[in-house]
Amino acid sequence: MTYRFTWNILWSGQTAGWLLQGVITTLEISAIAWLLALALGLLSGALRTAPALPLRWIGAAYVEFFRNVPLLVWMFFWYFAVPPLLPQVLQDWLLEHGAEFWAGVVALGVYHGARFSEVIRSGIQAIPKTQFEAALSTGLTMVQTYRLIIIPVALRLIVPPATNETLNLLKNSSVALTIGVAELTFQTRQIETYTAKAFEALAAGTMIYLVLCLTIALLMSQIERRTAIPGMIARGTGES
Amino acid sequence: MDLRVIGDNFGFLIVQGFIGVGAFAGGTLRLAIPAILLGFILGTLIGLARLARSRWIHVPAAVYVEFFRGVPLVMVIFWFWFMIPTIVGKSLPEYSVALTAFVIFEAAYLAEIVRSGIQSVARGQGEAAIATGLTRNQTMRLVILPQALRNMIPALVTQFIVLLKDTSLASIIGYVDLTKAAQIVNNREIRPFELYLFIAVVYWVSSYGMSQLARHCERRMNPSIP
Repeated sequence: MTYRFTWNILWSGQTAGWLLQGVITTLEISAIAWLLALALGLLSGALRTAPALPLRWIGAAYVEFFRNVPLLVWMFFWYFAVPPLLPQVLQDWLLEHGAEFWAGVVALGVYHGARFSEVIRSGIQAIPKTQFEAALSTGLTMVQTYRLIIIPVALRLIVPPATNETLNLLKNSSVALTIGVAELTFQTRQIETYTAKAFEALAAGTMIYLVLCLTIALLMSQIERRTAIPGMIARGTGES
Repeated sequence: MDLRVIGDNFGFLIVQGFIGVGAFAGGTLRLAIPAILLGFILGTLIGLARLARSRWIHVPAAVYVEFFRGVPLVMVIFWFWFMIPTIVGKSLPEYSVALTAFVIFEAAYLAEIVRSGIQSVARGQGEAAIATGLTRNQTMRLVILPQALRNMIPALVTQFIVLLKDTSLASIIGYVDLTKAAQIVNNREIRPFELYLFIAVVYWVSSYGMSQLARHCERRMNPSIP
């Protein structure tokens, strides 16, 4: 095996720019998808603990349907299958604003929303039932109880498993390369294609992912320390 | 909505793409089942290594686990896809590359499950076994592992389902699994909505079926669970 390492391809010419663009796109798609996932997860996680049975069913149907199908299939579905069904105005807008990016955001957000939902549900279920009862007895409505009491407490309980899910989302954003989103893995492959230096390109991409994951984990542990409620931490629900 | 496209290509999608019997070297199940078995064996070894007393064994095992858990699977697949030809000197078929990548990647996740399963067995069990005169190996094999395995089942099944879904990523390097089969048919028929929804349903049925089966087994092994 004779392989000549030429590490300087990583910072000479266009390649550094490509990597940087890749990192920015990865962070962009992950951040927007994360917000969508959190919103969907909160909504469906709350629905799954609701007192009315039909509401619980809606929440469970969403989670079970989206969680049990590969993300890659959802990428194809949102990119190839859904846009032709949209109104023409929306199709034109997508065409001008990067349809693959938004399809990727929706695929990641909806898929991970289903997974966030499980984390949030376990957080809500870790809250003693008396909290609900106390809130209701002070005259709050059900929606107010969730919005003002239950969700804020649940969010503080689920930081550790939510960290896991956030990292999964970041890593899964690499699947978006299949529909042509120019994120980090995509750029790594592009560098490989142009320079035929597979090892250097992949090593750079891998290192960047590790650094991103580590940074987010550190950031989240800071948040965890600040928001932790002494004596109450819901752990062990964040397997991927 | 025109479901004829599914009927016309049903054989190709299911027999070839999902099960893996046919002219192509493909198939979701043909990749997923060996990957689950081999990944579980490697994962158990690494999980045990993480609990070893020697620093020379448990530190590398921890590095292995943390490394692969911090990198996307797509990246790992590309590593094997590009580096195996350089190391071996010739390119391997997609099946071998995908299988190697899945086994090595999933072993990191399975190792964590095995480790926490072993740690969940009460300490007294190991101490009692040692006290009866069993060696450390016998204690692990006869007392700890059987109990740990039972505790691990829910997490293991979750991970196996993840692996089944992850095999769709093998289509990126050209392996003809269910996802790739749907892509191939779609290139000819241009019916993305029907095709992708159909394979979503196939994946859904197998994943959900697996989780229900696991629940059933769990209940039979442990009648105290409602």
